Amino acid sequence: MSAAEQALVTADAVPLSLRGPAPKRVVAGYGFWLFLLSDIVIFAALFAAYAVLSGENAGGPTAAELFDKKHVLVETACLLASSVTCGFGSLAVQSGDRTSTYFWMAVTFILGATFLSLEVGEFSHMLSIGAGPSRSAFLSAFFTLVGTHGLHVTLGLCWLIVMLLQVATLGFPPMVRRRFFSFGLFWHALDIVWIGVFTIVYLGAHL
Amino acid sequence: MFGRLTWAAIPFDQPVVMIAAGTVGFVIFCVLALVTVKGWWPYLWREWITSVDHKRIGVMYIFLALLMLVRGFSDAMLMRSQLAMAAGHAHGYLPPEHYDQIFSAHGTIMIFFVAMPFVVGLMNFVLPLQLGVRDVAFPVLNSVSFWLTAAGVLLVNVSLVVGEFARTGWLAYPPLSEIAYSPGVGVDYYLWSLQISGLGTLLSGINLLTTILKLRAPGMGYRQMPIFCWTALASNLLIVASFPILTATFAMLLLDRYGGFHFFTNDLGGNPMMYVNLIWCWGHPEVYILILPAFGVFSEVVATFSGKPLFGRRSMIMATMVICVLSFLVWLHHFFTMGAGADVNAFFGVMTMIIAVPTGVKIFNWLFTLYGGRIRFTVPVLWTIGFMVTFVIGGMTGVLMAIPPADFVLHNSLFLIAHFHNVAIGGVVFGVMAGISYWFPKAFGYTLNERLGKAVFWCWFFGFYLAFMPLYVLGLMGATRRMQHYSNTHWQPLMLVALAGAILILLGIALTGVQLAVSIRQRERNRDVTGDPWNGRTLEWSTPSPPPAWNFSFLPQVDRADAFWAIKQQRGTAQDRNVKRSYQTIQVPRNNPTGFFLAFFAVLLGFSLIWRIWWGAGLGLLGAIAICLIQAWRTDGEVEVPGEKIAAFERLHGPKESLA
Repeated sequence: MSAAEQALVTADAVPLSLRGPAPKRVVAGYGFWLFLLSDIVIFAALFAAYAVLSGENAGGPTAAELFDKKHVLVETACLLASSVTCGFGSLAVQSGDRTSTYFWMAVTFILGATFLSLEVGEFSHMLSIGAGPSRSAFLSAFFTLVGTHGLHVTLGLCWLIVMLLQVATLGFPPMVRRRFFSFGLFWHALDIVWIGVFTIVYLGAHL
Repeated sequence: MFGRLTWAAIPFDQPVVMIAAGTVGFVIFCVLALVTVKGWWPYLWREWITSVDHKRIGVMYIFLALLMLVRGFSDAMLMRSQLAMAAGHAHGYLPPEHYDQIFSAHGTIMIFFVAMPFVVGLMNFVLPLQLGVRDVAFPVLNSVSFWLTAAGVLLVNVSLVVGEFARTGWLAYPPLSEIAYSPGVGVDYYLWSLQISGLGTLLSGINLLTTILKLRAPGMGYRQMPIFCWTALASNLLIVASFPILTATFAMLLLDRYGGFHFFTNDLGGNPMMYVNLIWCWGHPEVYILILPAFGVFSEVVATFSGKPLFGRRSMIMATMVICVLSFLVWLHHFFTMGAGADVNAFFGVMTMIIAVPTGVKIFNWLFTLYGGRIRFTVPVLWTIGFMVTFVIGGMTGVLMAIPPADFVLHNSLFLIAHFHNVAIGGVVFGVMAGISYWFPKAFGYTLNERLGKAVFWCWFFGFYLAFMPLYVLGLMGATRRMQHYSNTHWQPLMLVALAGAILILLGIALTGVQLAVSIRQRERNRDVTGDPWNGRTLEWSTPSPPPAWNFSFLPQVDRADAFWAIKQQRGTAQDRNVKRSYQTIQVPRNNPTGFFLAFFAVLLGFSLIWRIWWGAGLGLLGAIAICLIQAWRTDGEVEVPGEKIAAFERLHGPKESLA
């Protein structure tokens, strides 16, 4: 057994929790995971509010009357596809490949922006027929829950632009890689939240 | 141009407010003038304001909390003196609309801007030192957290002079806090200051949690981790899990107030009780966020000053984590009167009583640690024993109120007020005071004056009993909370006793100031040259007092709990840690003004939103974004401390063995 292999075996023998401070890459990702968990708690509170208020339409339009399943299906397809392209983008970042990073992240951006514009279209349609957030408690909860998700997607898109500018100016130092890793986590987490929105809000409306 | 802000917002017609504001303004002016004349600005900027050192940030948190303790306590004095007078035909000196602002501000400030910064400050200072590492996981974020808290503090205090504060109580229940019933800016001050400082708390929770879980000295597994770190772990888990609920709940109320939404309104399907449920889903864990680190302090103190390892360490850890989980299952006991029905109330009543079990376990752990120990009756020990006596009483009245039928009688009475002050003062305040006197020499390099420290303790201890035992009785007699006047003159004698107690506590707070001043003057006499003034057991005492920016010249190797105690036992026999190794270059985080500037724009944003000055809000938001972008492109986050500098430091301050 070579010395290097020997070192590897001893390192494995020490449990992870006893090895001393974790490297920066691990610490940064871990901290971001915790942030995402806290963010998901915010959504949990908004989901709870929606669950309580979804029947309180105060004589106004109901969920079944307002939501168009096909429209939401396209939205969902865009967002889920953007997670796949974001995954390819993350691989490109890992290999330090600038061109394919730009390509995949641009595709991610376009899909995210499409999702967002579809959502804005839905919202403005609802506003135009008098089904705005101040119409009833149900609509308040709907606009807040879905709008908060949309706001997260918007922030994600802004973050993506910043990250691409960072690649353009700084290249791929460890700092930029760490941030891209966190961005990937963020973007995928938004998908998970959207699955909840899709199921509870849109499919739930037609139960 | 300035939204709703006009000269009418400043209450020139209220002499109490103007005199208070004038005094505070004068003091602030004098302090700023002194700093300017003495030329201390560069020092303050370099060593404190832009510092990202967890020890400095911890000290600033505690300084902020002490300042706000004075503010929150002056509110308490106003209320106690009003109630001592306003019996029968007398109506005291505070009109109801002012009195309502005072009790709302008192509760808000004491929980969010006194208790929280105290506890977060202690954790900030102690955790990396106890864990044997050089800083928290994200030092710049740590500074951002502190300055966002300070921004919230500033906004709350601005409300004293510009506009008004909420008249809704410290949790701003709707529908009273809705725009229809509170059209002024008071509730907006409340909401925005707590949103901003709450973000700071959440970020700090994430930061400290990452630190505990990912940054520990080699060999320090969870079984070797000091008990204060365990309680901090539980506390920060609760912060990360519960503060987002607060943020979401306040966001919904803000949307109701600003956007005409109907989450909690009386009309169009809104549900005010949903707010009460949500806010207590945060609020009950918040209670444990505050008390668990205090439990940690007591555990460290009893072990150190009994000269024994903590009795039943494993059961203490279990009890801590059980409380951490149970704290999310009891929120409804704050409003049994909602009418959720016997089944629901019974469930939450039983869960509440169950929490008394792990808490009781802890009390026995501390008692058995003291038992048979060589106890040194220092100031931290006095606080600890005072806590054990007082907290048990508070705990028992809590279990009493956990019985729903009893709660229906006692709900919103002064009995409740007495109960939660009993656990908040007897638990959190005593714990923080114990922690401050325990770790002060570590932070500043000299011990606090012991005689004055004891005087402070006895003032708080007897003051607490005088001030709050009458409230238990008054509550049973039917006195309710948040009343500015009462017609039953039989209550007045007990109200006067309560005032006497408050005056005694005031004396205690004043003596804290005297203690600080005297201790600073006597610092040469009380200098801690060993780094270990109390014969401590955990790693923070293995560093010089105060520790260098890099905390540890070598990361300690840990193989058990009470790691420093073990090192001291081995000294002389085993090899010294420092002798045979050469000093390596250490990277420490560079000073960073991001937190300060972000807080500046957060204040601008919050103030503009409160007064609906939309261009100001836009400016604040853009400024904050610009600061974040500048930070994103910073690549010089660290400075290197060369090995020679560390060697020189160790020759001067290190353990004596390393000289040999």
